[in-house]
Amino acid sequence: MKNKYLLGFFNDEEVLMHALEEVKKETQAPIHEVYSPFPIHGIDDILGYKRTRLPIAAFLFGCVGLSCGLGMQTWMLGYDWPMNIGGKPYLAWPDFVPVSFEFTVLVTAFGMVGTFLLACGFFPGAPAKIPDPRVTDDLFCVAFNASAIGDKAQAISQALKHHGAIEVREQEVEL
Amino acid sequence: MTYESPLRRPLITGKTSYKQITDDIAGPVEAKPTKWWTYGFAVSFAALCLYLFSVGYLLFTGVGAWGLNKTVDWGWDITNFVFWVGIGHAGTLISAVLLLFRQKWRTAVNRSAEAMTIFAVVCAGMYPLLHAGRPWVIYWGLPLPNTFGSLWVNFNSPLLWDIFAISTYFSVSLVFWYVGLIPDIATIRDRATGLSKTIYGVLSFGWNGSAKAWSRFEVVSLVLAGLSTPLVLSVHTIVSMDFATSVIPGWHTTIFPPYFVAGAIFSGFAMVLTLLIIARKAMRLEHLITLNHIDVMCKIIMVTGSIVGSAYITEFFIAWYSAVEYERYAFINRAFGPYWWAYWSMMTCNVITPQLFWSRKLRRNLLAVFIISIFVNIGMWFERFVIIVTSLHRDYLPSSWAMYSPTWVEISMFVGSFGLFFTLFFLFAKFLPVIAIAEVKTVVKTSSEEFIAETAKKDGIKIPVEVD
Repeated sequence: MKNKYLLGFFNDEEVLMHALEEVKKETQAPIHEVYSPFPIHGIDDILGYKRTRLPIAAFLFGCVGLSCGLGMQTWMLGYDWPMNIGGKPYLAWPDFVPVSFEFTVLVTAFGMVGTFLLACGFFPGAPAKIPDPRVTDDLFCVAFNASAIGDKAQAISQALKHHGAIEVREQEVEL
Repeated sequence: MTYESPLRRPLITGKTSYKQITDDIAGPVEAKPTKWWTYGFAVSFAALCLYLFSVGYLLFTGVGAWGLNKTVDWGWDITNFVFWVGIGHAGTLISAVLLLFRQKWRTAVNRSAEAMTIFAVVCAGMYPLLHAGRPWVIYWGLPLPNTFGSLWVNFNSPLLWDIFAISTYFSVSLVFWYVGLIPDIATIRDRATGLSKTIYGVLSFGWNGSAKAWSRFEVVSLVLAGLSTPLVLSVHTIVSMDFATSVIPGWHTTIFPPYFVAGAIFSGFAMVLTLLIIARKAMRLEHLITLNHIDVMCKIIMVTGSIVGSAYITEFFIAWYSAVEYERYAFINRAFGPYWWAYWSMMTCNVITPQLFWSRKLRRNLLAVFIISIFVNIGMWFERFVIIVTSLHRDYLPSSWAMYSPTWVEISMFVGSFGLFFTLFFLFAKFLPVIAIAEVKTVVKTSSEEFIAETAKKDGIKIPVEVD
């Protein structure tokens, strides 16, 4: 769904960071999102984003993988059809380490990447919701939702320009 | 912001800007293929056809088409399997281990090294698959609900561990590589028009470069790196256990896991250098993959080569020290038996040549690095041949001693596997960005020549002039 946004464009990430801090201080306007061609360290704090919980998901997936791998081998060789291999114990725990480990890694990696794509709404063929094609190249963009900033639009736009934005425009776009 | 000492060598030389980096890396993807690409691709594709032909012949005739016999029942097939798996290891080391160590130089080489990992594992995986004799029933190796009898697979066997290790390694490397590619595919999408915009659009998964997506992306990369690091160590450890857990003299040694892992990284870096020295020239990326990058990779080759060299000597010493007659004979036979030439080729290429990299001049001489990297590749192939064939060909019973030589099927499959590898690599180099665009942009503000000069001026530090 298209909405009206106030977009400020920058050509340097440090100028953008500084401008965001200043604009936040001057107008207290809520920032919708920042778009950049590469990760900018420290921007999460300015935008007030909490640390992602993806590592917790990864840990849970790892637990699932480990218990599936270990459980499968124990059940198969210990209970379902024990095999006598050279008189060795049926449940040879040290031998189960490699496969359990590989299971853990496999489930964690796929589970975490799947969660990441799901959380971001990314899938093959998903429409690219970007404010400008150059944000994946050399342009940095901050977007304010027009309905959320109300009558502060003028002040924000002036502040952005004052702090180094190369362009500020209002646009109907799906973000 | 991090502070980088201006005394560190730059990772991007010359003048640069974000736009310039995008143009330089996305350019070859958008342009028509160059003459050299076409020739290279044609030769690789011809070799791939040879591969397909010999594999077809093998499937039609049976594994008897190989030169194996009842004494030497592992030959070029397993040699080439271990050779190709080993080559893949540098990719994961660069993308995962160096990410954890926050080595910035990895940004220029990780993408192509990871691609190499995937293609090398494809080449490797084909060998055990074909060696199984009936590849169409290879799924019997998986723990499936058993309708063919009542047995489950044997989880005590290192060969089964290998199935899990290699398939996990392949799929996790593929996922890691692809996740890293998504932002760069989006960059190409936003520059493209028409059909290629649609295709790259589908492949980019709708990436939008938002701060939220980047923050998650970075965490995902970090966790995947944390997973891949033990994974890569486990893969070659398990490959080495295919040998080490047996009771064959020459194989039955506890030193195998670390020695195989070091050897894998050693051979992998040699392959990365061989490829990148050509690629940086052909694609005009010398300012992004600089002499400094090549220099550090040579140092890694030197270190891992020294580990491998000490492992060879340790192995020999322990064989003598164990006072086991058979163990001693296996090693004497390796060095002075009928396959002495393979042993001494291995020793020369793997122990002596990497030591040449103590010289800074040689590390920064492209021709020398290229030649040494090829010697290392040859040496590491011989290492696997020596371990496999010389340990097997004279076993406990002298009446069954035998020699082994490959048939044309094995030779053309090996030559052809390079065709498979290079065909995939050429396609990758044409259709996907060979350098991680977004990642290189993150080091512009700390490690480009232009920026370093500015900081040095500001801080009043004189950068020593280096002569290459």
